[in-house]
Amino acid sequence: MPRRTMIEAIRDAMDVSMGRDERVIVFGEDVGFFGGVFRCTQGLQAKYGKSRCFDTPISEAGIVGSAIGMAAYGLKPCVEVQFADYVYPAYDQIVSEAARLRYRSNGDFTCPIVVRMPTGGGIFGGQTHSQSPEALFTHVSGLKVVVPSNPHDAKGLLIAAIEDPDPVIFLEPKRLYNGPFDGHHERPVTPWSKHELGEVADGHYTVPLGKAVIRRPGAAVTVLAYGTMVYVAQAAAEETGIDAEIIDLRTLLPLDLETIVDSVNRTGRCVIVHEATLTSGFGAELSALVQENCFYHLEAPVVRVAGWDTPYPHAQEWDYFPGPARLGRALVETMEA
Amino acid sequence: MADAGMLRFHVPEPEVRPGGTPDFSDVTIPKAGSVPRPEIDVDPRDIRDLAFSIIRVLNRGGEPVGPWAGLLSDDELLEGLRHMMTLRSFDARMQMAQRQGKTSFYMQHLGEEAVSCAFRRALAPGDMNFPTYRQAGLLIADGYPMVTMMNQIYSNEADPLKGRQLPIMYSSKEHGFFSISGNLATQYIQAVGWAMASAISNDSKIAAAWIGDGSTAESDFHSALVFASTYKAPVVLNVVNNQWAISTFQGIARGGSGTFAARGLGFGIPSLRVDGNDYLAVHAVAKWAAERARKNLGPTLVEYVTYRVGAHSSSDDPSAYRPKAESDAWPLGDPIVRLKNHLIQRGVWSDERHTQAEAEILETVIASQREAERHGTLHAGGKPSTRDMFEGVYAQMPPHLRRQRQQAGV
Repeated sequence: MPRRTMIEAIRDAMDVSMGRDERVIVFGEDVGFFGGVFRCTQGLQAKYGKSRCFDTPISEAGIVGSAIGMAAYGLKPCVEVQFADYVYPAYDQIVSEAARLRYRSNGDFTCPIVVRMPTGGGIFGGQTHSQSPEALFTHVSGLKVVVPSNPHDAKGLLIAAIEDPDPVIFLEPKRLYNGPFDGHHERPVTPWSKHELGEVADGHYTVPLGKAVIRRPGAAVTVLAYGTMVYVAQAAAEETGIDAEIIDLRTLLPLDLETIVDSVNRTGRCVIVHEATLTSGFGAELSALVQENCFYHLEAPVVRVAGWDTPYPHAQEWDYFPGPARLGRALVETMEA
Repeated sequence: MADAGMLRFHVPEPEVRPGGTPDFSDVTIPKAGSVPRPEIDVDPRDIRDLAFSIIRVLNRGGEPVGPWAGLLSDDELLEGLRHMMTLRSFDARMQMAQRQGKTSFYMQHLGEEAVSCAFRRALAPGDMNFPTYRQAGLLIADGYPMVTMMNQIYSNEADPLKGRQLPIMYSSKEHGFFSISGNLATQYIQAVGWAMASAISNDSKIAAAWIGDGSTAESDFHSALVFASTYKAPVVLNVVNNQWAISTFQGIARGGSGTFAARGLGFGIPSLRVDGNDYLAVHAVAKWAAERARKNLGPTLVEYVTYRVGAHSSSDDPSAYRPKAESDAWPLGDPIVRLKNHLIQRGVWSDERHTQAEAEILETVIASQREAERHGTLHAGGKPSTRDMFEGVYAQMPPHLRRQRQQAGV
């Protein structure tokens, strides 16, 4: 099976979708001729023409707002916001418009759009190229929120997102674009070409939205993770020797609660990890759900490991980033509790 | 330069406040028929002055004059008059229904009826409006059933939107009327996107964007103009300048730009101002702009100069911020009276027929209201089910909503 980086897998998902459905169009800043600053749309304009893949003015509200109008017309726009940190000018369009259009018009108009954006840190991007704003979207009824952790899933989830009849926020952990980064920034990253999840089938396939996957079966403690943190969790489990069951959530909204509850009820312990800031982060929702659904099976308090409640720093990136050491300490403490 | 070095903060003020004498002497009204009608493929640079004038067709004697006149037949004009009268009558009944507690909220069009009613006539089937809350004339003039509008206003059991939306936030794809958001200006860039999609699809349909004077200050207005200009989108960009954004006079949003139409000039978009209370002028300019869009000539910005005679909404009291008699002093008159006088002057209408038509229309509106009220009003009779509240958030209900619906006991 061919091996692809996450960038290539994402590009392939759009390529396959555009090839199958002429209603699918792709646009954003630097997305057309140049193929995107991360090269995710490279070659699409040459292949499908300027009407279906084009550059836009620097206006996130314009990109998402026009996509909503196009979706109302009957197209299926898959747009790129260059960094998740730049999505806020489009936030009103996403929250007040895309998310509610089906509901408020009773299905008279719908909004099948995908808003792709690179998320997360680990590239010395400072506060404007590192944020993880997923909780700002999981709080919004009417949206779906997806965070893939590998090329295989990225392609299948993106095709599923494009085919979904509702708006999907597709957050691409940019530190995973080229390999499964586990937080050990001092070491080189294994490229996807040498990783089994870098195997990406040609052609059309989907990974269903709303389904989590167990990346590492274990009996001692459940770790709830997504995106880059999946590999941080794997490293932490390996380095502490704790038999953690690692769940890759893949879709945050709608959430696969069944897989979570089933796992925590077996292990009796739960550690939640995300890169986004702690307070009101998605971990708070996960923690509450675990408490509500698994309380009588819990043998220790639910623990959250997250980015500190500061803006994402530049020089102190690795003090901020919740790496395997910090997560490992939480695992040990949870086992001792 | 006595005060050099000391900065002064400037806040624009309207000419007159409550208690003062209304004064529109600063509003320059060109003579009807005096503004030329350019070819639709005109170079936008050659018609920059149209952003600072006002295109008018009906003169004070009710005669149609100048190059923008002569587009509509007797029957079309009589129908237009009926649309505007229907909208006014509908508004009056629904405003009263709100006061009677039959619904929570209402917004009327008093004085602005010509804008949406005449514009609708310039569109073709399949075209799409992205309206604000004050363009119900688009629906009335397209034959959308009044009783359905009332069902929506009452949020009753027959409300096509299942009670989910604030009154008057209609939606009808079939009638080319995009779901009204209630958030301001968001629809402007969406209209441009819809128009872009039509061009991408090599379709023949065009879009119409709508916004008020106040909301042009939102950044979505700017995004819309950039995108429309860049992609030459087949869209008519409408700005309804009714002088007041709730209590804020239009000068606060307009700033130093002279007119709202002038905003389009920096984008290379042909920008025209039109007498919004002149049914013939609104229609003529809308038709010109729609033809440009349909012939791949790109967007046109149109500012409708009008006046909001009524309150902003049923929750507003204009006497707190503008003189009570200000609407009487508005120099562009009343759109219904002006078209009525024109039709009388044309020999196809009379005061008697007008009075009779008013009575007939009121009867029709009341009959629709009775029918709607058989399906319930906001606090009495049939209403959408609690179960409906959980439907339609997504195409398929996800598990967490299913659980919550169970918790709600429905």
